[in-house]
Amino acid sequence: MIAIINYGLGNLASIKNMCKLVGIEAQITNDIKVISQASKLILPGVGHFEKGMENLHASELIPLLDELVLNKKIPVLGICLGAQLMTKHSEEGNVDGLGWVDAITVRFDQSKINGLKVPHMGWSEIHLTKTNPLWLDLLPEPRFYFVHTYHFLFENKEEISATSTYSYDFACAFQKENIFGTQFHPEKSHKFGMKVLENFNRL
Amino acid sequence: MRRIRIIPVLLLDKGGLYKTIKFKNGKYVGDPINAVKIFNEKEADELLLLDYKASVENRKPDYIKIKEIAEEAFMPMAYGGGIKNAEDAKKVFDCGFEKIVLNSILFENISLIKQIANIYGSQSVVGCIDVKKNLFGKYHVYSHSGTKNTGKDPLKWAKEIELKGVGEIILNSIDNDGTWNGYLFDLIKDISHKIDIPMIACGGAGSEEDFRKAVLAGASAVAAGSMFVFQKKEMGVLISFPSNLKITK
Repeated sequence: MIAIINYGLGNLASIKNMCKLVGIEAQITNDIKVISQASKLILPGVGHFEKGMENLHASELIPLLDELVLNKKIPVLGICLGAQLMTKHSEEGNVDGLGWVDAITVRFDQSKINGLKVPHMGWSEIHLTKTNPLWLDLLPEPRFYFVHTYHFLFENKEEISATSTYSYDFACAFQKENIFGTQFHPEKSHKFGMKVLENFNRL
Repeated sequence: MRRIRIIPVLLLDKGGLYKTIKFKNGKYVGDPINAVKIFNEKEADELLLLDYKASVENRKPDYIKIKEIAEEAFMPMAYGGGIKNAEDAKKVFDCGFEKIVLNSILFENISLIKQIANIYGSQSVVGCIDVKKNLFGKYHVYSHSGTKNTGKDPLKWAKEIELKGVGEIILNSIDNDGTWNGYLFDLIKDISHKIDIPMIACGGAGSEEDFRKAVLAGASAVAAGSMFVFQKKEMGVLISFPSNLKITK
């Protein structure tokens, strides 16, 4: 069973709906017992980084999540804000994140964006930068739905698993051992997203 | 090259889907769940669901119905109609929508934008601006399904709601709605270059050419109703989305 972590932010219903469609057993929960017994975790999230961390702290789930992810190596998928929360720090609210990957979260660089509007909102193709179990059997020219103002900036480029382009190239997905993250929304990306969730479930 | 979002607009009323002309005479075009299934299959970029009479009839969103609809959508979906406070917005997000659309309520309580954006982020809050031209050729913003002239200037209003924190703006033409005559290209150009957030062109699209022209004028995305629910102008209902439709910039 996949536990979709409910910390009060984000579109949890969408993720559960797509899991249901592709036959994945998933439960939206903030119950320590349920989360402890899950075979995998999804950390969703849409919204403000500072609010996200504030809610996570208030939920008192962080020690449990650290234990499951860092020690027990349970596969975890962060989506959008959920993935950003896995970085060390964000410019959004200027607060620290979970620090699970060697990256920070920064705002789109206005000086490099050539008049494009922020947030980056819409479908963009992604470029796979390394083999990754989530990319298995992905259809050609994979495109995903993005909506974000901030993006990951990796210290350790080895952890980047895909990039996308919005005036400039930015990391849009990462993997470090059992820790996966996507800036885009697989749960809202038709067959491309279904494949990614199926692959995650198969890990 | 960026892919431009092409967004079918679905007008909801009492559980059914309708299509209006100039915001009037809603014609029944089908069942919303069936429509969403078609748009999934055809891989539409995004959907916009508007309970278009909710504010004028002073109704709350039909949470049960819209949840059923959202459960079928595997693409981003925005909902508008009857959202009056942060609690209503929360319920809509909990139904499974990515974005909420605010229009009439903003003339009573513009601070609602910030209240919602602080929790869900600006990208989740869309401001819809319905505009109509008067006899002297001047555009005014209307609320309550085009029934109330607020007297506001569209550009000033767009800048005001941007400042208050909406993440994007739908510019919707009441006069062109359902006419297939094209968008308000002049106004799209005027406003989109003076705001920093994306603008969705809406109202009047009759062809792919209109989409391209709107993008050239400065729209970040294009929305259309009639084109995706009728075969052609003044022809029968056909809910569809051309699967090879792709506009880039």
